[in-house]
Amino acid sequence: MLTITGPLSEDFWCQDTTARKMRRFLRPGHDPVRERLKRDLFQFNKTVEHGFPHQPSALGYSPFLRLMAIGTRSGAIKLYGAPGVEFMGLHEENNTVMQIHFIPDQCQLVTLLDDNSLHLWSLKQHNEASELREEHRFTLKGPPGSPPSATQITAVLPHSSREVLYLGTESGNIFVVELPSFRVLEDRTITSEAVLQRVQEDYSNRRSCELVEALQEHPKNPDQILIGYSRGLIVLWDLQNNKVTHHFLGSQQLENLYWQRDGSKFISCHYDGSYTQWPVSSDNRQPEPLENLVPYGPFPCKAISKIYWQTTKNGLPYIIFQGGMPRASYGDRHSISVVHGSQQTAFDFTSRVIDFFIIFSSEPTAEFDDPSAMVVLAEEELVVIDLKTAGWPAVHPPYLASLHCSAITCSHHVSNIPLKLWERIISAGSKQNIHYSNMPWPIDGGTNIAPDPPQRDLLLTGHEDGTVRFWDASGVCLHLLYKLSTVRVFLTDADPNDNMNTLGEDEWPPLRKVGTFDPYSDDPRLGIQKIYLCKYSGYLAVAGTAGQVLVMELNDEDAEHVVDHAEADLLQDQEGYRWKGHEKLKTRDGPVRFEAGFQPFVLVQCQPPAVVTSLALHSEWKLVAFGTSHGFGLFDHQQKRLVFVKCTLHPSDQLALEGPLSRVKSLKKSLRQSFRRIRRSRVSSRKRRGGSGNASEEMELAPVQRKIEARSAEDSFTGFVRTLYFADTFLRDSSRHCPSLWAGTNGGTVYAFCLRVPPAERRMDEPVRAEQAKEIQLMHRAPVVGILVLDGRSTPLPEPLEVAHDLSKSPDMQGSHQLLVVSEEQFKVFTLPKVSSKLKLKLTALEGCRVRKVTVANFGSCKTDDYSENDLAVLTNLGDIQIISLPFLKLQIRYPCIRKEDVSGIASCVFTKYGQGFYLISPSEFERFSLSTKWLVEPRCVVDMPEVTSNNLVHKSGMENAVRKSRGSGRSLGDYGEDERKSGRLMEHALLNDEKVLKEIQSTLEGGRGSYAERNLARSPLGHGLSNGGAD
Amino acid sequence: EFRRFSLERSKPGKFEEFYGLLQHVHKIPNVDVLVGYTDIHGDLLPINNDDNYHKAVSTANPLLRIFIQRKEDADYSAFGTDTMTRKKNVLSNVLRPDNHKKKPHIVISMPQDFRPVSSIIDVDILPETHRRVRLYKYGTDKPLGFYIRDGSSVRVTPHGLEKVPGIFISRLVPGGLAQSTGLLAVNDEVLEVNGIEVSGKSLDQVTDMMIANSRNLIITVRPANQRNNVVRNSRTSGSSGQSTESSLPSSMPNILANFLQGEEESDEEDIIIEDSGEPQQIPKATPTSESLESLTQIELLHEPTQNGFLPSSEMNLHHSAGSISMEYEIQDPDHKSLEEDGTIITL
Repeated sequence: MLTITGPLSEDFWCQDTTARKMRRFLRPGHDPVRERLKRDLFQFNKTVEHGFPHQPSALGYSPFLRLMAIGTRSGAIKLYGAPGVEFMGLHEENNTVMQIHFIPDQCQLVTLLDDNSLHLWSLKQHNEASELREEHRFTLKGPPGSPPSATQITAVLPHSSREVLYLGTESGNIFVVELPSFRVLEDRTITSEAVLQRVQEDYSNRRSCELVEALQEHPKNPDQILIGYSRGLIVLWDLQNNKVTHHFLGSQQLENLYWQRDGSKFISCHYDGSYTQWPVSSDNRQPEPLENLVPYGPFPCKAISKIYWQTTKNGLPYIIFQGGMPRASYGDRHSISVVHGSQQTAFDFTSRVIDFFIIFSSEPTAEFDDPSAMVVLAEEELVVIDLKTAGWPAVHPPYLASLHCSAITCSHHVSNIPLKLWERIISAGSKQNIHYSNMPWPIDGGTNIAPDPPQRDLLLTGHEDGTVRFWDASGVCLHLLYKLSTVRVFLTDADPNDNMNTLGEDEWPPLRKVGTFDPYSDDPRLGIQKIYLCKYSGYLAVAGTAGQVLVMELNDEDAEHVVDHAEADLLQDQEGYRWKGHEKLKTRDGPVRFEAGFQPFVLVQCQPPAVVTSLALHSEWKLVAFGTSHGFGLFDHQQKRLVFVKCTLHPSDQLALEGPLSRVKSLKKSLRQSFRRIRRSRVSSRKRRGGSGNASEEMELAPVQRKIEARSAEDSFTGFVRTLYFADTFLRDSSRHCPSLWAGTNGGTVYAFCLRVPPAERRMDEPVRAEQAKEIQLMHRAPVVGILVLDGRSTPLPEPLEVAHDLSKSPDMQGSHQLLVVSEEQFKVFTLPKVSSKLKLKLTALEGCRVRKVTVANFGSCKTDDYSENDLAVLTNLGDIQIISLPFLKLQIRYPCIRKEDVSGIASCVFTKYGQGFYLISPSEFERFSLSTKWLVEPRCVVDMPEVTSNNLVHKSGMENAVRKSRGSGRSLGDYGEDERKSGRLMEHALLNDEKVLKEIQSTLEGGRGSYAERNLARSPLGHGLSNGGAD
Repeated sequence: EFRRFSLERSKPGKFEEFYGLLQHVHKIPNVDVLVGYTDIHGDLLPINNDDNYHKAVSTANPLLRIFIQRKEDADYSAFGTDTMTRKKNVLSNVLRPDNHKKKPHIVISMPQDFRPVSSIIDVDILPETHRRVRLYKYGTDKPLGFYIRDGSSVRVTPHGLEKVPGIFISRLVPGGLAQSTGLLAVNDEVLEVNGIEVSGKSLDQVTDMMIANSRNLIITVRPANQRNNVVRNSRTSGSSGQSTESSLPSSMPNILANFLQGEEESDEEDIIIEDSGEPQQIPKATPTSESLESLTQIELLHEPTQNGFLPSSEMNLHHSAGSISMEYEIQDPDHKSLEEDGTIITL
């Protein structure tokens, strides 16, 4: 022991730590040139959310703007118009959005949250693009001492004068607030007492204070509003004279009201599943109902919660209502019925209907409603029904796709798809979509001014039900192109005919299933775990939960053929083990019919049938490699022959051997142990309680403990194959390169196999041979998550066929190659062919984070076209994204991206080759982000105020305070003029942009990758607030 | 038998050469011997490698007394701290080893057969309340054997005392490495892991950092029990390992360099099996044709010059509080430092 005399001190300690901090601070990039370049290369943005909003709670539509708004339980509000027109906002409170109402003829909307607060949002133009901003917030306050229900808002009516909002409350009072100031106009409050004054004494629903269920403005006379109370009373209120003009004494609990277009009748719907038509005429102030109907009677029915009455030219109205199904037998259905003359269909939705609206002719001059489409927001998907086409087919939505119609199990992104393959996929997909309507997308407000996407990108998602979905991920709208099912290859328990519960013509109610959301998988073994698509050859490899590996080829025609079947015994000669997991999938004998698209021709089944954990396809060598928790294998899909298998299992690893079932057992065991521990600690804490109070308090909390233990070779799942990689490199000696296969395991082992692939002319005659050349054991034993070979210029080796298609420089085979092994904890560069360690970056030791995802990404400079570099994009278990340079492994930049608690978000992240990425923010939504200054896909759109027709003005001037109104309109007219000018300029700009795009596309075609730098330079940084999808 | 000869102090050469020279001088070319010397404190210390040989030469003041024993009848217990003072006359011990047989000592083999298990390091630069402990986990079966938890500790901040979250040792596994060292205890607060502060890091992050460094784990703790702290101002404490009374370090950079070197020190190297042959360690790719050996040599030669042959600045940065025999091993730059010193990295 060393003893130091003299003043020992914090000073040394401080010096020491500061010096170390300095050193660490100075370590990365002190070079100003590099720092500047980094600014030109890297930039982090969350750009757009793809998919369907999680837990939608409200729907709104503006026929004027032709925009739809969806609110969610987390307080997000999203506006959608024409494809590419998207806005997003987030309420600070993160409360559920209960109602959304657009202010008539304005770029404004009001939201009601479940905390009873109202929020005014507007679409404002900023930097030539529109942005959604919250302008005001307001909470209705009653007089002191009044119960909270007095001001609990139940119904909102934005008046067509755009100056006031009518707020119906639980107490039955209707408050009037001025817009946009949200000033309460107390003298105009409509109290329930005032309403009830002239109601007959004997009316049964008279006395109680009722909540306001519905508020509707008279379609022709803005001075009259229809008020519906929940107990059944409906009154027509005159705003000018502040009195009731008509009483409609309903006897049933009210759900909703709807005016007919001419204002001569309205319709009310009720809790008992009935709807009633009421006449409105000046001669009868207390009319009797015209018609009262229970559409699905006579047995008790569920409530009809919303109803539309739409007039048509031919006289037969469309009556569209939500619910009303017979309680006993169909009470669990989520239905909307459309009745048109003798036609009646009850659309049966896959999840609860949140709300719906009808798109009809909103021209004030038009005599009839002439509904064109019905838009239904269900909890898990958006369904649009074409009401113009016979049979009422569904319309294929260009956005808001239900990504989770079966749970997403994996995803794979392929950048820059060749046009040929793109067209073939689209044509295969269009054959699947014939049952959709041809109607153009009816919600078409706003203008997309974003530049055309620079390249065609595909996002492939694998699903639990054995399907792979191909999404167009080039632009803002994630659009389903094609759906591939692997189920047909296998015999599953569920007979497809069982699902065909099509009802006969005369079935009642006339239910029709619509929507694609179907989260129930027939057989979890069908789940897709790994996908690999070769964009040049059109070969696709797909691997699943039960050890199945399918190799497919794109075929433009339907075909019937036999799928070649092989088995790969990964345990080889290891005897005496018993797999306790699921059985392998049974295959269909004989030829199978496949529709046009990707058709499987080879099936390899791993034995034991454990989940496939890694997959690689080399389309040039026609080889596919696959790995499970037991080992890996190589299959020659040209000769349809298994080349070799390698067992990576540690003999003592029982858990991996026996499969998931035994894991459950051990989980039970560990649970039991931890319970015991808790009990023990309780006992000991009780004992200690006599002592110091603090200690027992601490013990009471039973803090989470973490065991610190070095990993050993005996740990479980060390044989789990995490990554597979094909490379043409120098494996044995530095004079000859050869094809090689690399595999990395959970236990930090890297295996390298030297392959001998016969030349093309003898490809079918000679077998592919493989021989193990190297085995590297990383002493830190962390799972290997990535393997990469860098060529003599330190550039990652190109993908198979990339060079053959002239899309990449051929790799440098002169200089010496390097091997990059990425484990969860470290990045290591080794020399080849003699493996000696060259460089390393110990990420975990320094920062305590672990690598979850890693990809090579190409970053181009936004300043110069001719500079681009390859770096590693890394996602850590803390949700940070780091960019690490190649080949020197220097940390370039770090961005926080995903919350570290969001394990599924981190697990779902997929990077693109050009520095963008996707991760799931909910089961149904991908967040798109970009790390690149150059490649950025984000919504950029404008919403112009459409011209208000003169008729509308005339109609308004009919009001008593015409002077004020016309002044108001005059002002807005002026605004329109300005807007028009602006929009004209914008259009011009958009066209110019298009031209530029065209030119750039041309230049791309002529030479190399084009640049979109200028456009991105012009792009303003996203505001901190709630601009286009910029909020996070 | 006594022999007296001279050596050039600035060029002591290698231990092998020195050993050969001794054998030559004593005319015992084929006899295995143990070489020892007395240092300035009167301790009998062994010379069995380049490092302690250089140390011996550099501390000679001006004479270096060397003792040679036949290996077969060597008295290992003669070596160690305080040996010369404790046993009034070490010469008699050395010359008459049969004396010892009457009161047999526990036989401890020579240091090179030992491996360090743990050490307290950087005592000189840390505040007294902190302890930096190094745990050595070479392929042994012994588990590291401890658990950590979240907790809160009190810090002095500009705003007075503040409660801040901290990481604490929550449990020691009986028989584990951590417990066997006696240097870590339950409720010790973990401040740093291999030189990286843990404040602001989550329990999982710290766990990952410790596991990532598990082969050469250096943790700085604030012991829960502050009574065992080394009181540096006096020699009154009964600490067993006290041998060196040294002044303040003469040069900070030296210490820093040394500490950082320790930080950079890598874990054991990865293993490669080529063509199903024998597993071997993966060598470092070197920048020049210089061999690893010559690199090590440069480093070894470097140290004496830094210390400037000043006996007063002679101090061992890796002094351990543990058993005596350990100390040498830590200094021992035998083949281990050849593998471990990852300071020179080629870009």
